[in-house]
Amino acid sequence: MDKFTTLTGVAAPMPLINIDTDMIIPKNFLKTIKRSGLGVNLFDEMRYDDNGAEKPDFVLNKPAYRNAEILVAGDNFGCGSSREHAPWAIKDFGIRCVISTSFADIFFNNCFKNGILPIVLPQEDVDKLMDDAERGANAILTVDLEAQTITGPDGGTIGFEVDAHKKHCLLEGLDDIDLTLEKAGAIKSFESRAAMERPWV
Amino acid sequence: MSPKTLYDKIWDAHLAHEAEDGTCLLYIDRHLVHEVTSPQAFEGLRMAGRPVHAPDKTIAVPDHNVPTTLDRANGIDNEESRIQVDALDKNAKDFGIHYYPVSDVRQGIVHIVGPEQGWTLPGMTVVCGDSHTATHGAFGSLAHGIGTSEVEHVLATQTLIQRKGKNMKVEITGKLRPGVTAKDITLSVIGETGTAGGTGYVIEYCGEAIRDLSMEGRMTVCNMAIEGGARAGLIAPDEKTFEYCMGRPHAPKGAQWEAALAWWKTLYSDDDAEWDKVITIKGEDIAPVVTWGTSPEDVLPITATVPSPSDFTGGKVEAAQRALDYMGLVPGTPLDEVAIDTVFIGSCTNGRIEDLRAAAAILKGKKIKDGMRAMVVPGSGLVRAQAEEEGLADIFIDAGFEWRLAGCSMCLAMNPDQLQPGERCAATSNRNFEGRQGRGGRTHLLSPAMAAAAAITGHLTDVRDMM
Repeated sequence: MDKFTTLTGVAAPMPLINIDTDMIIPKNFLKTIKRSGLGVNLFDEMRYDDNGAEKPDFVLNKPAYRNAEILVAGDNFGCGSSREHAPWAIKDFGIRCVISTSFADIFFNNCFKNGILPIVLPQEDVDKLMDDAERGANAILTVDLEAQTITGPDGGTIGFEVDAHKKHCLLEGLDDIDLTLEKAGAIKSFESRAAMERPWV
Repeated sequence: MSPKTLYDKIWDAHLAHEAEDGTCLLYIDRHLVHEVTSPQAFEGLRMAGRPVHAPDKTIAVPDHNVPTTLDRANGIDNEESRIQVDALDKNAKDFGIHYYPVSDVRQGIVHIVGPEQGWTLPGMTVVCGDSHTATHGAFGSLAHGIGTSEVEHVLATQTLIQRKGKNMKVEITGKLRPGVTAKDITLSVIGETGTAGGTGYVIEYCGEAIRDLSMEGRMTVCNMAIEGGARAGLIAPDEKTFEYCMGRPHAPKGAQWEAALAWWKTLYSDDDAEWDKVITIKGEDIAPVVTWGTSPEDVLPITATVPSPSDFTGGKVEAAQRALDYMGLVPGTPLDEVAIDTVFIGSCTNGRIEDLRAAAAILKGKKIKDGMRAMVVPGSGLVRAQAEEEGLADIFIDAGFEWRLAGCSMCLAMNPDQLQPGERCAATSNRNFEGRQGRGGRTHLLSPAMAAAAAITGHLTDVRDMM
């Protein structure tokens, strides 16, 4: 997995609440058997008209945000389906960090598996960063995972919380499966015990 | 011993490892797999040279992409869909997991096949790369959706890295009124909590109205726990649960059944268990409901009118305006005057035999409105066969419905069943998101009986007027 240490980039504002995974990557793009190449279809139905032309008023089509690397989003971002295609599309577009007041559980977990940092902040902090993001190309934020801080364009700093295990995996770019297989002994002894206690499973 | 919730008990029984920082490895009893969220996971195993850790606990069935028209034995026209289904065929064979191919009469939606075949049993941990895995919680199993990276993790290790969620109790007291169903319960709960209300929680549904539900109804309730933001929804197992499980192909038999039953009977929340959040709704206060917007929380009784953005506060004002624009609705319009052109009965929410019975009861001897496109898509080949045996299929066909083969169909439009832009559908499925049933398509979620009523009248309809 790609490491996430610090990130300095343009933040794009998407204040709409309840942005669901069908909006992030519509179902017709789930037919791939690969993880890559989904960035062009990120937010497809919001981003393109029926003829496939870009809608100029959609935030990521605006010149200032075409290379955004951070998203500041409304509450309950990533609700809906479990499709990991959503974080795959976000990352393929070039976004490595999403900031909101809350995320849907499955999407939140999926982000960490793909080197994306989702950050939960109180409403007032998200409002402040949303204001910063509205400043277009001047909306440069710096996210420092080690220090757990976000620094805005005017130099103000906001702290954030992150699960210690998830932070460690992101900083080091660790693969979950490798880590778990180190505990193969514990899994095996659990299986022996369970086979005695619940043999019907 | 300190009192525990049902969730606590299942969690404790499956804890394979706990690290000092509280990160846990939860052992997974059943891993259900479908064709959309698994190809990248199997590819990952191949690249790392890893086998499936427990192939006998891994069950696959194609459902999202498969056509449901009667000619599907001829193959899948759409190349990408065909490649995905072919990939699952190959992966199931290469890795030696249980498999129900498209040609098998037992094929169907993964969340209907699992319980039907007795793979899902009380007290189990069940995962699937699909958010509606919550369905299996109806058996008192801890069941939730996972992403593809986690699918690969479970395939490789039979465990999931987890932190324990919080406990929420949703109690539905007393009796339901006539015409009110499990779908109305689950939608009404989401209307109460909002789609983020359950984030971080596992919900246990309880109370007399939940106890009174059949297993099919309980599956409908748990299915939509995810729409309330909760990863999992649970209902404590009881005699109905045990009766449903007994004799299923993969349920235990003989002495093992007795041993299982003894443990299953301990699976309930202790009286003095602590809850992080409690919601209580009176069963008699629940009405037949429909959704008006593009989030499952946009739910109102059928007797209500389309709301105005000014009825809301905060971010919901903009979201409601956007939803009304997308849905083409004017505030103040009575919901039962909203004309529809498509009816979809099916999905993992409402594609079981009881759902088809409820819809057929309304449709018997009646015809759907002229010009209406209406389809019934049974949740599995066995549901379809049973419905034919009970004469339900004839009722649907005589009324003017298409009688389809099993699959996810129009719930998510990954297959040929889609809405055209501007088309308005009364759907028994679980999501009314923008574009969910097809780009520009408009979805109103409701119960099977309400969907049947709408098919007859051509507009959203209070089913109680037709009973």
